[in-house]
Amino acid sequence: MNIKCEIMNAQDISRSLNRLTHEILERNHGIGDLVIVGIRNRGDMLAQRIIQRIQDIEGKTVPLGLLDITLYRDDFQRLTDRPVIQETEIVTDINDRKVILVDDVLYTGRTIRAAMDALMDMGRPALIQLAVLVDRGHRELPIKADYVGKNVPTSVTEQVQVKIKEQDGEDQVLLME
Amino acid sequence: MQLEIRHLLGLEGVSREDITLILDTAESFKKVLERPIPKVPTLRGKTVANLFFEPSTRTRFSFELAEKRVSADTVNFSASTSSVLKGETLKDTARNIEAMKIDFVVMRHSAPGAPHFLARCLNSVIINAGDGAHEHPTQALLDMMTMREQFTSLEGLKVIVVGDIEHSRVARSNIYGLVTMGAHVGVCGPATMIPRQMEDLGVTVYPAIEDALAEADVLNILRIQLERQKQALFPSLREYRNLFGITLERLDRTGRDIMIMHPGPINRGVELDSNVADGDYSVILDQVTNGVAVRMAVLYLLGGERQKLEGDDHAA
Repeated sequence: MNIKCEIMNAQDISRSLNRLTHEILERNHGIGDLVIVGIRNRGDMLAQRIIQRIQDIEGKTVPLGLLDITLYRDDFQRLTDRPVIQETEIVTDINDRKVILVDDVLYTGRTIRAAMDALMDMGRPALIQLAVLVDRGHRELPIKADYVGKNVPTSVTEQVQVKIKEQDGEDQVLLME
Repeated sequence: MQLEIRHLLGLEGVSREDITLILDTAESFKKVLERPIPKVPTLRGKTVANLFFEPSTRTRFSFELAEKRVSADTVNFSASTSSVLKGETLKDTARNIEAMKIDFVVMRHSAPGAPHFLARCLNSVIINAGDGAHEHPTQALLDMMTMREQFTSLEGLKVIVVGDIEHSRVARSNIYGLVTMGAHVGVCGPATMIPRQMEDLGVTVYPAIEDALAEADVLNILRIQLERQKQALFPSLREYRNLFGITLERLDRTGRDIMIMHPGPINRGVELDSNVADGDYSVILDQVTNGVAVRMAVLYLLGGERQKLEGDDHAA
């Protein structure tokens, strides 16, 4: 796959996360009962940044949860490769709390379906909202994000690659073909 | 990631990478067991047949629990209630089961090699739950998982297996697995119960328990099979206890911290005293918990589709 174009640079990502954070706070009237849960991999790092921004704005820390959805995938029976299961760490009780699910790219919606099932097995949240950095369309399930960094119309043959500094050395979103 | 093995028949010849992957995966599953709902939908729609041709309580219970925790459907056959009593051959029993579209067969059998035979004639994934005095791979894996939790690495760890090594599938699987993982393995027990070719497996033989206690990080104590008493491998249970029984006095005398393991069921007061089995260094109940996690990991890693590798095609 080759790089077709850059969708977002580091500054764009930072601005988007600023806006997302403000939207989350505005919609939920502050941080009461909020838990930010990032989907591995990369969603967890974005979740961490949102928590940092909330800290800067409100002066308080919101609990972070990390979610590995491997065991809830719907394509497990078809995979020839056994994905390595990473740790799921949700230390906070999510019962009756507002869970903000964070992921890097929203595509078919299947990951989010799996993540919601996983969350339901851990408790009964008051509500679940979804925040994503990029929404590239092509949904296969009736799922919609509540907070979107950038809507990017794509074709199915293209790929959106999100790079996060902590893991990939730089912040960047690329469209690959 | 994918295991090189297609079935879990034993730990002989299983690579370090495979064992490590199973143990790492088991750690993740152990966390699943701690959740409010300790169950995941991963193997939904898969069916496991538990074929127990020999009595077993905890292994069977542990397998069944693991299967349910990954949402597989289970059916159970035990020798006493099945048509084996009516003279059906193993192959016929197995073929019938396969005709019912079973994905996994978990089998315990008194004949060494029985699961290997099944693997040759069935398409299902076979997991050995103990074949005669040959191997009991999931027990060794859960033992290694328990050791790794305590000592982080198995490399260089000194593990001594005490008891009837000759007739023990637990001992054999432990030796294969631990040697592969770079541990120093020793065995200790009455000379009548130590097989001759032990050194060839890279194992040190300790004739006296005091020598074993002086060096071991971990003691894996085997059950003395009381039913073997008839073979007169040792004069009396009392003499066995005097020579090889793990007592608190013996442990205290070493002044060392030694991790105490036992695959169960324990003959209290024979191979292991109660105050040791229930004492601070005993990890016997951790072994039981880890058993479920290890078996979930094995089912997960052997389930699903498989990339065709060379040598996969075997004629039925």
